[in-house]
Amino acid sequence: MIPVCFYFQVHQPMRLDQGYSFFDIGRSHRYRDEAANRDIMRKVADKCYLPANRMMLDLINEHRGDFRISYAITGVVMEQFQEFCPEVLDSFRALADTGCVEFIGETHYHSLAFLFSREEFRRQVKMHGRILEEFFGARPTTFRNTELIYSNDLALEVEKMGYKTILCEGADHVLGWRSPNYLYQPAGCTRLKAMLKNYRLSDDVAFRFSDRNWSEWPVTTDKFARWVHALAGNGDVVNLFMDYETIGEHQWADTGIFEFFRCLPKAVLAHGDFVFRTPGEASAELDPMAQLDVPYFTSWADLERDVTAWLGNPMQDQAAELAYALEDDVLATGDDELIATWRELLTSDHFYYMCTKWFSDGDVHKYFNPYDTPHQAFITYMNALNDLALRVRRDLGKD
Amino acid sequence: MRVLMFGWEFPPYISGGLGTACLGLTRGLARLGTDIVFVLPRLDSKEEGGHLTLMGANRIRAKVGISEILELRERVSVLEVLSPLRPYLTEKEYRSILERSEHITAQDIAGELNNDFTGGYGGNLMAEIVRYSVVGAHLAASREFDVIHAHDWMTVLAGIEAKRVSGKPLVVHAHALEFDRSGEHVNQQVYDIERAGFEAADRICAVSHFTRETIINRYSIDPAKITVVHNAVSKKRRLGQMRIEKPFKEKLVLFLGRITFQKGPDYFVEAAAKVLRQNRDIRFAMAGSGDMFPRMVERMAELRMADRFHFLGFVRGMDVERIYAMSDLYVMPSVTEPFGITPLEAMVYDVPSIVSRQSGVAEIMENAVKVDFWDVDRLAFEILDILGNEDRSALLKLSGRHTLKRVQWEHSAQKVLDIYRQLTGGAS
Repeated sequence: MIPVCFYFQVHQPMRLDQGYSFFDIGRSHRYRDEAANRDIMRKVADKCYLPANRMMLDLINEHRGDFRISYAITGVVMEQFQEFCPEVLDSFRALADTGCVEFIGETHYHSLAFLFSREEFRRQVKMHGRILEEFFGARPTTFRNTELIYSNDLALEVEKMGYKTILCEGADHVLGWRSPNYLYQPAGCTRLKAMLKNYRLSDDVAFRFSDRNWSEWPVTTDKFARWVHALAGNGDVVNLFMDYETIGEHQWADTGIFEFFRCLPKAVLAHGDFVFRTPGEASAELDPMAQLDVPYFTSWADLERDVTAWLGNPMQDQAAELAYALEDDVLATGDDELIATWRELLTSDHFYYMCTKWFSDGDVHKYFNPYDTPHQAFITYMNALNDLALRVRRDLGKD
Repeated sequence: MRVLMFGWEFPPYISGGLGTACLGLTRGLARLGTDIVFVLPRLDSKEEGGHLTLMGANRIRAKVGISEILELRERVSVLEVLSPLRPYLTEKEYRSILERSEHITAQDIAGELNNDFTGGYGGNLMAEIVRYSVVGAHLAASREFDVIHAHDWMTVLAGIEAKRVSGKPLVVHAHALEFDRSGEHVNQQVYDIERAGFEAADRICAVSHFTRETIINRYSIDPAKITVVHNAVSKKRRLGQMRIEKPFKEKLVLFLGRITFQKGPDYFVEAAAKVLRQNRDIRFAMAGSGDMFPRMVERMAELRMADRFHFLGFVRGMDVERIYAMSDLYVMPSVTEPFGITPLEAMVYDVPSIVSRQSGVAEIMENAVKVDFWDVDRLAFEILDILGNEDRSALLKLSGRHTLKRVQWEHSAQKVLDIYRQLTGGAS
């Protein structure tokens, strides 16, 4: 039996108000663009979250437990669901109640904390685990770091925190000739198992589904099921990892993406060797095939599959350094609101907006970037962070 | 005295210092009893023009046809090849515009005239300038006045045309020269227009000795024709005398201007890094926009000072006053600056300045702190010294107040009025 594992990332950042200027520093502490956050949340809820959740629930019921999926819902997006669209949270709860859905743990604020502060990383992971338990009734046992950022060190840390499975990118420069369709044991770990994204099949849906310049367009359910079935005998598992917003938001409804998913479970299950499992279930059933040695950070972003979408140019590095440099002082204030605001500023998207590599991934970056230029993103971010630094300084009596 | 004046911009619609200077000078002249008809390419409803008659060239239907335009092109040889230009154009922007547009023809100009031309700054600027000069000639033929006054190269052709039609004397006012905007890589057409204007002019007003020297040396103009008329500054403070409370304890050093090669923003950024290595209790603010903006932002981040260095973007209106009022020191590190009014504006808010030696404004500042624009070490030293030395800072503020007492638009206007009188043989 070859399990097919779906994992969907559900995330929306707290976007910053681009009107927040130097003159607001010390005078206003409203960094969020509430209108944009609300409007985007409503829009994506209507186009994706609500109809997609309804479809998934129907499929699960229809297939009586034979269709199983997983979600990584960030803490930041859950807070926004609560604030702007509580009905989305209810529909995820309904999915949780079927018992066919796994919820995956990560850093609550979808941050780069592991790269800057192990302690903050652990705090955010625990925070997210608690929230998942509170909302969906189970502590997560599978982990994925922000945007599948991964390394040996990360895996070891995650194992220490008690997780059994970790998700990462099946990047070519990591795997070489090896296949993503097996389980691996992260170097240095003894219990943790790594599941790697099959990026060809995943991106066929996530990025290429509506690309009319692609020779394989259109991707019908039958064609895609054939590609999946072709792996029979060549692997233990098929990992299809993608943004949940693929369904209805990145790929609009008129591309046929809903019909594609609606027919997919049946088409995949038509081949007797294939089943659906959540990553945790598949990992429990399978043994690692080999060791996975990833000394440097990888991720699922851009062609480089590394962390250069978020870090590397002077604006990104400087902003991130200054943000994490505030850690001790922010926590010392003991002010919950201040701490939460700081953590919102740690969300990786802010650094993504400052990216200046506009080559093959420029289109993707532009689509997700509310700013006209990376420089504007940096300036807005620094205005907010500089105000926060002043508040902290004042709070601690250092002014 | 009745003046037909040609300008290119007027507050609040300004892209640089030209409009502000025109406002100050015309106010001064009006107070001295001068009647001014001020012709702009386009008129909006919000210009601050209660003291004069503002006319928009877009509202004037000039009765000219293709023959007049062709005739004009024959007389003014520089128009042989018409190309789009803007007063503050970088080479890169210029190239990208060239790719878009073709050379314009006399028919285009006449066609747009019939269509009531926009007078905007965009599109085909050179066509706009030619049309503007046609309107200039039309006005000169239909109105009564004693003298013509044209500001900078964009209006020079209108001035020349008005003089030809009316026979009245022409004053050309040089606020900035092509050498200021483009360094040694001058645009030949702009240079030719400037030079044609200086040659046709009966008198030239230069905003500084610095500019006067350039006109003599680079344009071979008779020194006797050129009078220095320094700019002044309006002392009106809408915010009153109150200082704006800064939300942080650090002293604030300000750069305000276009972020372009001419203004030397890179020297400000480098100096800031040197200062912060000595003293972290200082902040820097850079206000303005321009083609060097992205580079400056990245360089600042590279120097790791984003917790002490702030970018404000283009500031306007009340925000200009707010940022002056918040500042403890103003720095103008221009590579070349025919005048440079901002240090005087800073004085109005009791903010001392460091100015580059390559600036006209230094000529009228009492005890000006001058540095060579390239001398980043010296600039950093002066910033640290002025901010760290209360006595020196107080002394500079005092000198600033003295300077402001002397530097008034009425004085500049009086000089201009004297020129008018000499040219018209004493008409009142």
